[in-house]
Amino acid sequence: MNKHTMIAWMEDKPGVLNRVAGLFRRRNFNIESLAVGHSETSGISRMTFVATGDDREMRQVQTQLYKLINVTAVQDVTDVPTVSRELALIKVKAKNGNRSEVMQIVDIFRGRIVDVDMETLIIQIVGPEERVESLINLLDQFGIVEMVRTGTVAMVRGAHDRAAQQKTAVPAYENGNQ
Amino acid sequence: MSEKKTGGQIIWESLMREGVEVVFGLPGGAILPAYDDLAKYEYPIHHVLVTHEQGASHMADGYARATGRVGVCMATSGPGATNLITGLATANMDSVPIVAITGQVPTSLLGRDGFQEADVQGVSLPVTKHNYLITDIRELPDALKEAFYIASTGRPGPVVIDICKDVLQASLEFEYPETVNLPGYHPNQNAPDPHSVARAARLLNEAERPLIVSGQGVSIAKAEQELRQLAEKAQIPVATSLLGIGTFPSTHPLSISWGGMHGEAYCNYALQECDVMLAIGARLDDRLTGVFDTFAPKARIIHVDLDPAEMGKNITIDTPVVGDALLALRGLLPQVEANEHPAWLAQIDEWKQETSDRDILAQETDELIAPYIMQQLWHATDEGDATVVSDVGQHQMWEAQYYHHTKRRSLLTSGGLGTMGYGLPAAIGAQMGLSEEEIWVVAGDGGFQMTMVELSTVVQERLPIKIAIINNGFLGMVRQWQDVFYNKRHSGTPLFNPDFVKLAEAYGIPARAVTHKDDVYAAIKEAQAADGPFLLDFQVEEFTNVYPMVAPGKSNADMIRRPSPAE
Ligand SMILES: Cc1ncc(C[n+]2csc(CCOP(=O)(O)OP(=O)(O)O)c2C)c(N)n1
Repeated sequence: MNKHTMIAWMEDKPGVLNRVAGLFRRRNFNIESLAVGHSETSGISRMTFVATGDDREMRQVQTQLYKLINVTAVQDVTDVPTVSRELALIKVKAKNGNRSEVMQIVDIFRGRIVDVDMETLIIQIVGPEERVESLINLLDQFGIVEMVRTGTVAMVRGAHDRAAQQKTAVPAYENGNQ
Repeated sequence: MSEKKTGGQIIWESLMREGVEVVFGLPGGAILPAYDDLAKYEYPIHHVLVTHEQGASHMADGYARATGRVGVCMATSGPGATNLITGLATANMDSVPIVAITGQVPTSLLGRDGFQEADVQGVSLPVTKHNYLITDIRELPDALKEAFYIASTGRPGPVVIDICKDVLQASLEFEYPETVNLPGYHPNQNAPDPHSVARAARLLNEAERPLIVSGQGVSIAKAEQELRQLAEKAQIPVATSLLGIGTFPSTHPLSISWGGMHGEAYCNYALQECDVMLAIGARLDDRLTGVFDTFAPKARIIHVDLDPAEMGKNITIDTPVVGDALLALRGLLPQVEANEHPAWLAQIDEWKQETSDRDILAQETDELIAPYIMQQLWHATDEGDATVVSDVGQHQMWEAQYYHHTKRRSLLTSGGLGTMGYGLPAAIGAQMGLSEEEIWVVAGDGGFQMTMVELSTVVQERLPIKIAIINNGFLGMVRQWQDVFYNKRHSGTPLFNPDFVKLAEAYGIPARAVTHKDDVYAAIKEAQAADGPFLLDFQVEEFTNVYPMVAPGKSNADMIRRPSPAE
């Protein structure tokens, strides 16, 4: 069982999210997070999602997704150098007694305080999933009132021809028995 | 400038551009404008009025399987459209090209739970290759063009176009698009990767016990000829999947029939013992393989399929060959060396002998049983010259075992979904496409009753379909499972049947009941001699079961064989 980060590009048509979500549900794929929005091409949305499973399942996720008519490309970026980020907003209880402690921790994690009132602080953090995760773990002791996470978005580092990639995105099949 | 056309006209004109000659359907409020345009403008497309919309989707399916062309069905919104779903799911599982056109409530009422609104796009989504909801007439021409393209290319499948009623009534300057613009759809019709083909050829050349499993993909790719050349050149025995029946003549010396849950025992032994398997155009589903990781344990498996998602989906394979079956076979032919495998073929012959020694027809009995009827049907139809459409159950398995198919596309059956009620309507579709062909329905008394309302369609269209009901008074296949796995408790399986002969006669269809073995052949001949349709009610021995049987959760090597008569 491995965690995989994948990117899928799809035509921005009504119902396309329904198709993708329906596929994940019907094929029993285990999806941890999913983030979708516009891409650089108008009419094409870009989805980053994190899934867990064995090699067979991950290949199925890719090939089955690719079969959806509105999906134009799928790429597993787990083993290529990427920048991947998640944004979280965390509302923690912070009164006079522990306020500075919270602020110190947030500082160390390069988070920001984006809202303050007498009882709580809202903290914003942008970073790789693991960093977001660690900050949340530390803040837990103060009492998290509310939290929202966007799910990871990812981009492959360096210059590469994404146009070419889109057309050949039928995932390669590694031989099974050899 | 092109002329203004209504949404309804655009449908019919697009269908004509796609070469559609026949549409199976039943009207209702939301699709009415399209029906009106058909009559008003007298388009030369034949509309077959069905009795129930499930029949319409099965007819489109039967038409498509028999002819290789796209089958078209039509229904109104809400219940009309949901009635199509079983047929669409059936077609989706078996990769059959269908375009289904449904009416939808007007755009102003969408989402408001008005009369006869159902979310057809949502409901059909998981059981179709693609679908459309059309809320603007400007989207209609492209959707129609794309639907036919998507349904018929790559791995074929059903496509739904759900069209709001006001779109049918709106008008547009219409021109049928020449091309499609589908950035996410590249049906992979290219030759497969030459390296994988070379590797596959090498494996086959090195094999001592090679075996081919041929599936329906071979028929879709029209590659039967090349398959035969390859098998003959290298003397490789050929098994088929259930849907692959007809891709290789089952009377050919290299044919080892078909395998799986109720396949021939000798075929299953060969599947388990082969050292290299070339599976081509077969998706290796659990009915063929038994428990996945027990399948063909000694074999290195080469899997040829157009659909990359099939590679390793169920079975761990050695060499994937993603591509068209015809191009793959053409690539393999020159590289696979002429060969003989005398020891392997002799071993298979031995298994085959043992299988036929245990054959139910080798046992003396006066009882009327389906295997005998299928054998006689085969003789009476010039040894395999008819197209047979089977329903689902025991009779379906016996048909596949005892009617030796030699022609391509000569068996139509619901393999993937196992849809009872498929037989009669699919035969109607097939006969609409192949008017000269002799078409037989082989159905159980249970499944036949699910869609027998379409007898009126048979009569209405004057189709000479011959119907053989294998009447055992039970939901036979389920009864068999109860016999084997549930201590013979026949819960919910005994049937209350009508008098099928009288029933047929009520429709004006001549019919005869057959209760004795000696009358079988003559009855079949009588049915054949009739100008129009004919129904035979074969009242067979009730408790006969189908063997071999691979129990769920077992390997093909663990078949339950037919108990010997003494047991
Ligand atoms: C629509 C549908 N419902 C239920 C089943 C489950 N099922 C499989 S075979 C079978 C019995 C079929 O009985 P019958 O049509 O009499 O044929 P037989 O097996 O007796 O030849 C049933 C109920 C099915 N395949 N399809």
